[in-house]
Amino acid sequence: MPSMPNIRVLSGALLLGAAALSLAACGSKPPKELPPEPGPAVSTTTNAPMPQMPAGPVAGTQADFVAQMMGRDTIHFAYDKYGIDPASAVSLQSQATWLQKYPGKRATIEGHCDERGTRDYNLALGERRATAAKNYLVSLGVDAGRLTTVSYGKERPADPASTEEAYAMNRRAVTVAID
Amino acid sequence: MMIRKPLLASVFVAPAVAAAAFVAPALAQQIAPAPVVTPTAAAPGDAGLSVTVSDDSAWVSLGIDIPGFATNADVPTAASAGSTAQLGRAIAEVITGDLKNNGLFKPVGPDQLPGVPFIQVTQPDFPAWSARGAEMLVHGSVQAAGNGTLTITCILYDASLHQQLVKASWEMTPADWRRSAHKCADTVYARLSGESPFFDSRIAYIAETGPKNHRMKRLAIMDSDGANHRFITTGQAMALTPRFSPDYKSILYLSYLNGSPRIYVYNVETASQRLVAETRNPTFAPRWSPDGRSILYSMAIAGNTNIYRVSATGGTSQQLTDTPGINIGGSFSPDGKKIVFESDRSGSQQIYVMNADGTDQHRISFFGGKSATPEWSPRGDQIAFTHIAGNLRIAVMSVEGGHFRNLTDSWQDEAPTWAPNGRIIQFFRTEKGSGKSTVWQVDLTGRNERRLPTPVDGSDPAWGPIRE
Repeated sequence: MPSMPNIRVLSGALLLGAAALSLAACGSKPPKELPPEPGPAVSTTTNAPMPQMPAGPVAGTQADFVAQMMGRDTIHFAYDKYGIDPASAVSLQSQATWLQKYPGKRATIEGHCDERGTRDYNLALGERRATAAKNYLVSLGVDAGRLTTVSYGKERPADPASTEEAYAMNRRAVTVAID
Repeated sequence: MMIRKPLLASVFVAPAVAAAAFVAPALAQQIAPAPVVTPTAAAPGDAGLSVTVSDDSAWVSLGIDIPGFATNADVPTAASAGSTAQLGRAIAEVITGDLKNNGLFKPVGPDQLPGVPFIQVTQPDFPAWSARGAEMLVHGSVQAAGNGTLTITCILYDASLHQQLVKASWEMTPADWRRSAHKCADTVYARLSGESPFFDSRIAYIAETGPKNHRMKRLAIMDSDGANHRFITTGQAMALTPRFSPDYKSILYLSYLNGSPRIYVYNVETASQRLVAETRNPTFAPRWSPDGRSILYSMAIAGNTNIYRVSATGGTSQQLTDTPGINIGGSFSPDGKKIVFESDRSGSQQIYVMNADGTDQHRISFFGGKSATPEWSPRGDQIAFTHIAGNLRIAVMSVEGGHFRNLTDSWQDEAPTWAPNGRIIQFFRTEKGSGKSTVWQVDLTGRNERRLPTPVDGSDPAWGPIRE
């Protein structure tokens, strides 16, 4: 993006929003008080109420993105897999369209796994899923410099149940627009 | 011998509670039948016992009486347990707590035994102890020096042979009084089992609280018996997978500080930390080399994760694996020459061994299912790992990949870590549904399993070496 040529030379920490920015600005030493952890974005896979509201979210915001996507901000994966299936491709196309409509926006893609695996491996697998989603968006024309990935492994299930249905929900990559 | 409950019995709330909390819960007791231990031909000059893991003959646990340690003069100390006399009793409680639960011994603690006059520490009343049915006898003393330090002496006797088996003394600061108890327990354990000691050691782990979908995960440390517990991080940034450095001065761990997962090395003394590798890429699964000079970490680039090695003092990283997919973790052999690690290059998680420079990578796990999180035993003879076949179980195999055995059988047990002597494995167990996690340990028979007491839920235990 011509408007942000310097993004890539900034440290990774700076890409993560205002809270991180303000802390990072305090200096290079690790802060004694640990800053708040950025929680995973809430994904609305069902009951997305926003589009019908009289006063909708501001265009180009994460709230707008969630409202517009109607669940397509999240894609799902098969067990221990990271491939993009046709349904996910449709969702990613929607995401790409929105991102191209707001070329100044950056986004983070969060990769997640179900709980049936070891912690270390799932962190790597979540990163692989997030990267698969990122690569697909890039293939649709979204500039790679606008997209970051973060893996939560099996640490942040969307559905806390220990059932096949929950596992299917939890194997996911969630795209979050950075406000 | 006059048998009388010491007057101070009710004063020792703190150590008594700590010791009581160490007792295995009822469930663990039920699923821990008689351990499989057989006395075998001792090595020349060694009257110790050997633990075998495949023999089914029953072993009757060896009775050990551990009365309160005596003192030459009951004086106040700076120790949390109180005066030298109070400390003597508290030390015996800690020793008793250490020696139970491992299946070898049947210790009897000071609350069930008469006190010992100071003069009898070196001259036990053997007839009286034999009359009580004691087989082994631990006597000891606590003496305060003018400079505030404590001298703790520990003597193990064979009560029927009227023979001193081993004697040791330690000079400790009052704050370290529990270490003298662990040292005494280690001395007794090592003399009677023939194994290396392990009680005087520490554990780093992740303390967990809160709902399953937004659990708070904090770095915490504790002694091997759960005492001296301390939270290191506040929980605002998720912490995972810690590893104590061999000298206990630093802890490697993963933190989501600043939003993305990175490996930090935390300095316990200065409470400061730094990134192990300056990179924009996520880093996972940190490990120390046995000498503490090198660090292994795994880094994801463009979705592929590989294992790297870097000096503990920083500098340029050396990439050890280079295959598409996920290569992660890694655990050095005790001599530092080889690394066992996990890779899905075959299509699923399996265990591989390579030289420490990354050469000669070859798979060793061929068991069906998946095999993950390998950890090389400090003895060098076995590899503990997580075996995934539907459920997750803790398993061991030889370093060549033979002699595969599951040690646990629960819904989800993962991430083994070895006791310093390579005879006990800790891991964490996750409960189906609730996601509650607890720290457990199991011996190599798989029969002596118990939960470790932690103030809140726990995961990712990492056992450090025996302390100097």
